[in-house]
Amino acid sequence: MSVLIFIDQADGHIKKSSFETLTYGADVAKQLGTTAEALLLGTSTEDIATLGKYGISKVYHIANDSLNNLDAQVYTQVIADAVTQANASVVIFSHNQTGKAVAARVATKLKAGLVAGACALPDTSNGFVVKKTVFSGKAFANVSISSAVKVISVNPNSHTTIIGDGVAEVASLNITVPTPKVKVIAVNKTSGDIPLTEADIVVSGGRGLKGPENWGIIIDLAKALGAATACSRPVSDSDWRPHHEHVGQTGIQVAPNLYIAVGISGAIQHLAGVNRSKIIVVINKDPEAPFFKAADYGIVGDAFEVLPKLTEEIKKFKAGA
Amino acid sequence: MKILVCVSKTPDTTAKVAFKDSNTKYDDAGVQWIINPYDEWYSLVRAIELKEKDAATVIHLVTVGTADADTVIRKALALGGDEAIRINADSHDSFYIASQIAYIAKEGGYDLIFTGKETIDYNGSSIGGMVAELLDMPYASLVLKFDLNGNTATTTREIEGGEEVSEVNLPLVVSSQQGMAEPRIPNMRGIMAARSKPLKVVEPIAVDALTSIVSFELPQAKAGVKLVDADNVAELVRLLHEEAKVI
Repeated sequence: MSVLIFIDQADGHIKKSSFETLTYGADVAKQLGTTAEALLLGTSTEDIATLGKYGISKVYHIANDSLNNLDAQVYTQVIADAVTQANASVVIFSHNQTGKAVAARVATKLKAGLVAGACALPDTSNGFVVKKTVFSGKAFANVSISSAVKVISVNPNSHTTIIGDGVAEVASLNITVPTPKVKVIAVNKTSGDIPLTEADIVVSGGRGLKGPENWGIIIDLAKALGAATACSRPVSDSDWRPHHEHVGQTGIQVAPNLYIAVGISGAIQHLAGVNRSKIIVVINKDPEAPFFKAADYGIVGDAFEVLPKLTEEIKKFKAGA
Repeated sequence: MKILVCVSKTPDTTAKVAFKDSNTKYDDAGVQWIINPYDEWYSLVRAIELKEKDAATVIHLVTVGTADADTVIRKALALGGDEAIRINADSHDSFYIASQIAYIAKEGGYDLIFTGKETIDYNGSSIGGMVAELLDMPYASLVLKFDLNGNTATTTREIEGGEEVSEVNLPLVVSSQQGMAEPRIPNMRGIMAARSKPLKVVEPIAVDALTSIVSFELPQAKAGVKLVDADNVAELVRLLHEEAKVI
């Protein structure tokens, strides 16, 4: 009755969120006194055995070409078969785009209870209770799973990756892969940028920037920090920035280590998209901006003066570090 | 073309979050209820746009909830849609809710089922995938753009750092998010028409829930903001490095 962790990859590379889920799954296995194993679908360019350093003993690798693109129906069939063959009792996903497409389907196929968006390890002292974020991060719910098999999708950036020195056995499984019904015709990557949901640091701009022509100071700071850029809803609604940068309750929810908000007042809908960030820095010329109440650090000042100075200091710090 | 749009009532985005009965229930005193934004702005409006292009399209709405959801469903009908079905049950277990919807969907023989990417209260983001699995249909998740050409749907979905465009034949389950359609508000004619549209109430089928909420918690309040002088940004860099340890 092992723990099985789904490893998510794109273009043959394992996503950062999967390293967190590997550690999470290894921790769950330790807690239950069982082994942690992982499942990788599609062809890979990685040295799979080294994934043992995240605390897993075995990786099942199904290197089938037709698994290189996500068809939720096909993935579900394959993952559910793998869970049965591996005799797993807990199945772990990242609550990322792939996890959101697949975890609920897999749970349903296995008649397993699902906690989607977990933010802590399960409490197994009395049953199996998992804490998850609700109300867009404004609260938590402790959810009890009553089924024999349990499925958890873990919020990205909520569990610290631990690296040890184990080596995993790489095994295959005898699984028939159904023909996909979904045909991928194009993948459009936002060129060279750091994906917002995977970023450790996010620099975000609001209406205080006054116009799209002023975004250079946001981009410069983001570059200096190796950060992704984001914006508030009014900014994307005015087409100053693309919609996929809109962070908030009805946009993208992020949980970076550091979120720097520039010229954003901090409406409750915006906070709902960022309140899982570890550290929040607010730069705003209005000392009454509600965002300061949700911030760890703040600067009351004009973004057009503060940001270039901050970018210079970051560059100095990086050069010295 | 028959479209089923799944709608859920949720507290308004500005509603305060508090709990009662020893933190086991959401305290809805004084809360304004709205249609879950992902269901309304993106799923329902996109379905209405499809109907505007093809008058033969039929749109049904479905919700799982008690009678206090009726006001919100009438509001959804005021935007558009031909009739609504309310499954008379109160549950927070995604599998229970999805099973109810799948039962109705199977009976109705829909070509296209829209759900929101999640509800803004319980953030399950599970109903679409579960319904798709129960009906053995393909599932397009987190869809930003949706187009239909005969029996073939073209979907653009969100992936890490970009978008993926796919084609798939109907029947199909879709979870919608921002970008699918431009939000609308109901007009007076729609509101009047909604009064006479059928709202059918059906009893739930027997399904065992697989999860239950034991308790709720509120996050710990922040210790308070530490302000740094605008002329001393070097101090902020030092704090982020030495104290917060995030750079």
